[in-house]
Amino acid sequence: MFSGFDFDVIARSAPYLFKEGMTFTLTLTAMAMTGGIFFGTLLAMMRLSSFKWLNVPAAAYVNLMRSVPLVLVIFWFYFLVPYIGAWIIGAKEPVRVGAFMSSVITFMMFEAAYYAEIMRAGIQSVPRGQVWAGYALGLNYWQTMAQIVLPQAFRNMLPVLLTQTIILFQDTSLVYVLSITDFLGAAAKIAQRDGRLIEMYLFVAVVYFIISFSLSYGVKHLQQRIAIIR
Amino acid sequence: MNYNWNWGIFWQPAPDGSGVYFGWLVSGIEWTLLTALLAWVIALALGAAIGTLRTTPAKWVVRLGDAYVEIFRNVPLLVQMFLWYFVLPELLPKGLGDAMKQMTPPWASFWPAVLCLGFYTSARVAEQVRAGIQALPRGQRMAGTALGLTQPQAYRYVLLPQAFRIILPPLTSEFMNIIKNSSVALTIGLVELTARARAMQEFTFQVFEAFTAATIIYILVTLIVVFAMRWVEKKVAVPGLISAGGAPMAGH
Repeated sequence: MFSGFDFDVIARSAPYLFKEGMTFTLTLTAMAMTGGIFFGTLLAMMRLSSFKWLNVPAAAYVNLMRSVPLVLVIFWFYFLVPYIGAWIIGAKEPVRVGAFMSSVITFMMFEAAYYAEIMRAGIQSVPRGQVWAGYALGLNYWQTMAQIVLPQAFRNMLPVLLTQTIILFQDTSLVYVLSITDFLGAAAKIAQRDGRLIEMYLFVAVVYFIISFSLSYGVKHLQQRIAIIR
Repeated sequence: MNYNWNWGIFWQPAPDGSGVYFGWLVSGIEWTLLTALLAWVIALALGAAIGTLRTTPAKWVVRLGDAYVEIFRNVPLLVQMFLWYFVLPELLPKGLGDAMKQMTPPWASFWPAVLCLGFYTSARVAEQVRAGIQALPRGQRMAGTALGLTQPQAYRYVLLPQAFRIILPPLTSEFMNIIKNSSVALTIGLVELTARARAMQEFTFQVFEAFTAATIIYILVTLIVVFAMRWVEKKVAVPGLISAGGAPMAGH
């Protein structure tokens, strides 16, 4: 079964795969995570707001993103971002957005919807009395959120947030549909150039498995360490 | 900005002579649903079996089940799709591999997509089934055994009927995931809804109309599934057995 296997192609292309591909994948994951958690937290706060004009749009956005496949969202943003950019800066023509910026924005906005649901559960896991105590001390909404509620919400939800990030790391491989050279894209290019599909795709699977598995193992341990005993 | 909206595009004839562009989208959602439903059958059957095995007292069976789940959970779906489509036919015995490669167009990408989605989702279903069984009080299993039921009978008549009721909500979202994830199959050439919308955009340049239509269709499917599952939940509900809201879960 492995008789015709050419392990050399992996050794030859490894520098390219990791330097070009994995760097892109990790940068995209890190930026999408940061932006996604930031906007996700804002969305969660909007969704829990008692103002209709805040919670209705937030809920609509989250539900819309969660009912559409990521591949379609990637296509949407790829074509939409140039128009939004033009609208923001008031340009006549759609602005040129690089493939990298486009995918960062896509994943940020898409993941924000998923992070928002996690953060909403996190905020709701903080007892109401904490908020009242904050107000009783004379803190306003933003101070209560920033100094009392959100730190506890983050701590409660940290394992879930990290698990979602591992999923995000795997999902960034879908930028393949835009022919971007992420880790999988780089491997696919080599695979097609050298006619070594089996070796390259198996290698990619193994690398993704090792990274995701060790990360989720780490998350499991973290969960046991930081769990608050109530 | 200068984008020319043309909502009439859906009723213009498609270049392949099969009718209008709207027909393309309809055929797209048909393939999406067919792929998702068949894959769901695999996912549910395998997932229920493996999830159950992971709660049995036999240690090595549990280990094996855990390994299965970890493998399918920690490799991106797109990579798995490539493995099923490009790699599997090469690793199989020559006759079988050639037969896979020589299937006629829609089926050559359809069957790998179904198998890929089925196995991928089965790991996630297995995780839910295990969690559902473990959420039951220990006394349930003991009571079953005390009544003289064998281990398989205890699962069949006591544990699984309750566990499945508990995990209906997460199973609903897994079912929605399988519908959404079927769009990944466009990378191996399955012409499902997203692929149809993309093809329509390439032929007509009416990007936003095509994607809006696809988005609306996905939302409609989601709504139908949600309402249908709510009805099922009510139908099978056992008075007194309240299914918990469940902890927040990461996922797509």
